[in-house]
Amino acid sequence: MDTLYIIAITIIKTAVYFGILMLHVAYATYAERKVIGHIQLRLGPMVVGPHGILQPIADVIKLLLKEDIVPAKVDKAIFKAAPIISLTAALSTFAVIPVDKNWIIADINVGLLYVIGIAGIGTYGIIFSGWASNSKYAFLGGLRSAAQMVSYEVALGLSLVGVILMAESFNLTEIVNKQTEYWYGMFLFPQIIAYFVFVVAMLAETNRLPFDLPEAETELVAGYFVEYSGIRFSLFYLAEYLAMFCMSALATICFWGGWTAPPILIKTFPILEFVPGFVWFLIKVYFHIFLFFWLRGTLPRYRYDQLMAIGWKVLIPLALINIVVTSIVKYYY
Amino acid sequence: MQNNDIKVKELTVNMGPQHPATHGVLRLVLELEGEVIKKCIPHIGYLHRGIEKLSEDLTYVQSLPLTDRIDYLSSMVNNVGFCVAVEKLMGIEVPERAKFIRTMMAEMARICSHLVWIATHALDIGAMTVFLYAMRDREELLEMFEMVSGARLTVSYPRVGGVRCDINNRFLDKLYNFIEKFPKKVEEYETLINRNRIWLKRTKGVGVITAQEAINWGLTGPTLRGSGVYYDVRKFFPYDAYEKVDFDVPVGKNGDVYDRYRCRMLEFRQSARIIKQCIEKLPEGPILADNALRIRMPESPLKIDKKDIIFEIYIEDKQIQEFIQKFTEVYASVEAPRGELGFYIVCDDSSKPYRMRVRAPSFVHAGVLPKLCEGSLVADVIANIGSIDIVLGECDR
Repeated sequence: MDTLYIIAITIIKTAVYFGILMLHVAYATYAERKVIGHIQLRLGPMVVGPHGILQPIADVIKLLLKEDIVPAKVDKAIFKAAPIISLTAALSTFAVIPVDKNWIIADINVGLLYVIGIAGIGTYGIIFSGWASNSKYAFLGGLRSAAQMVSYEVALGLSLVGVILMAESFNLTEIVNKQTEYWYGMFLFPQIIAYFVFVVAMLAETNRLPFDLPEAETELVAGYFVEYSGIRFSLFYLAEYLAMFCMSALATICFWGGWTAPPILIKTFPILEFVPGFVWFLIKVYFHIFLFFWLRGTLPRYRYDQLMAIGWKVLIPLALINIVVTSIVKYYY
Repeated sequence: MQNNDIKVKELTVNMGPQHPATHGVLRLVLELEGEVIKKCIPHIGYLHRGIEKLSEDLTYVQSLPLTDRIDYLSSMVNNVGFCVAVEKLMGIEVPERAKFIRTMMAEMARICSHLVWIATHALDIGAMTVFLYAMRDREELLEMFEMVSGARLTVSYPRVGGVRCDINNRFLDKLYNFIEKFPKKVEEYETLINRNRIWLKRTKGVGVITAQEAINWGLTGPTLRGSGVYYDVRKFFPYDAYEKVDFDVPVGKNGDVYDRYRCRMLEFRQSARIIKQCIEKLPEGPILADNALRIRMPESPLKIDKKDIIFEIYIEDKQIQEFIQKFTEVYASVEAPRGELGFYIVCDDSSKPYRMRVRAPSFVHAGVLPKLCEGSLVADVIANIGSIDIVLGECDR
């Protein structure tokens, strides 16, 4: 009976979490178009609803109703499985991400490892889609993506080692709790190098500008999902945005103190204590999401070899130095 | 371990003719080894409209609108080029005012065309925002073209022997305001990309062509000047009012994508300078030469049905007869935004050219692509296409 109860609660939790998450993702696309629109002196979507507020819903309906084209010469099974793998991987990461105190589906002890591991599986979706599409453009996109994600995952993982050392735990809730012990309430300042490496690797990991080579519009037209249409295309799209949210949430939890407000801020303005935790969390996450949009509106794209050079020659050494320094400081103090 | 069953060959990728970054309908067949290009073969001709052949069946006046369609991004310069050639053929002296107006218009077209270039070039390399900034400014220029000619792209504004209609103060005010603000706007684009590390990495040392090679390949315009060759038709064979205005010709040094980019960015400012001088020095007077080619309309056009009007249009043959004695062929070129745009016309004793040949810079520049691309990476192809700035309409004609 007890087991059944736990299963039922978990399913309900997951469903609620899923629904809210999807709403956020849908409106992140809207936010992106609005933010980039205003950066580029445009208005962005304005037609559907006031200020285009219903645009994401219209988009979803359009994508669902579109014809689902499976080209004749593709490897059908893998072609169909690829977007599902991508999406499942992206969604699964959210199981361990705490939004507020105890607002979490699975509070496991190796949360951080789990997130990085599952996020890595998303790469398979991209490689499979590139290979199964039987198209040269998709193939090149898939290969680029494989190389990029593998090399940047190393940098991403290494940048988090500093945080793990400081928190002495892989548990995400534990990491957040540890940060409140500092008066500024975040690992951002002691781990500033790691944060820099993390942000750059996060951009590369989610295939966003200036590292959006797998889907470089102008060279590879669309990259790995060039042959996809309708709902299958939107699954990839969804996975990309979910990955953005996942990485932003990870940055928030590991470097910005998650759902907690900096203690110094609470001390100065006691009224802030009444702001619920998830609000702090969302503010921090949306700051990172905005960062993604902002960079997309500003920067050009790196070339493939340059991207690899940055990953291996700059980010990984930086992350390693950070680990060494953190360890030494940790050992003596 | 050697496995003889496995065959290794290059991956052949067909880039274009429908590709977002080949600037029209250029088709490149790339042979790749990994990401490195082993061979690059450009295929052209997807936009061939037979403009040269078509002009053999049209009178000199009727050919003019055809030249709009050669390079649709700077139709004003094409018109001027054609008019300069026909004027040279027939010895028509253009009035001063018309010369200044034409110069002004040609420079406006140059700014317009370069704006499209910076927009697409930046977009190809990934900087999206520059695209919309440039399009915003181009819009103002297109509005001004509409004010003088009624059309935004295919203007057909210059005439053989002058220009079609006079410009008024309202237009001049608007143009002056634009030109005053314009150098600031160019700086705005430059802040976005000029000192951007990613931009520099993508453009410096990419697609290098030395000065000697550039001359051998027949490059002209900013593509040639980027390699450090000082050549500009406006300086060496001045036409219209270019002798009477001061301007510099920016020259690059290394001949890479970045230098070609710098040349064009500096040309923005020079064009603005020329336009400003043209507005200040604009003389009064007629805008069309007395012996300009005119179309003689039937006495009362209302009474004749449409079919007859078309057959009635002809130019006064007497003029041509006079000058035909002196010239039978002529070559005249102008500095188009993309390079030297030349018109070679052979005439017989009719009111139509016997043969018209257009020397299009884009055609020559498309040929140099394999030289620039081979040995570089896929992403560099895009940067190279952007930096030689080809328009396929001009390439295929």
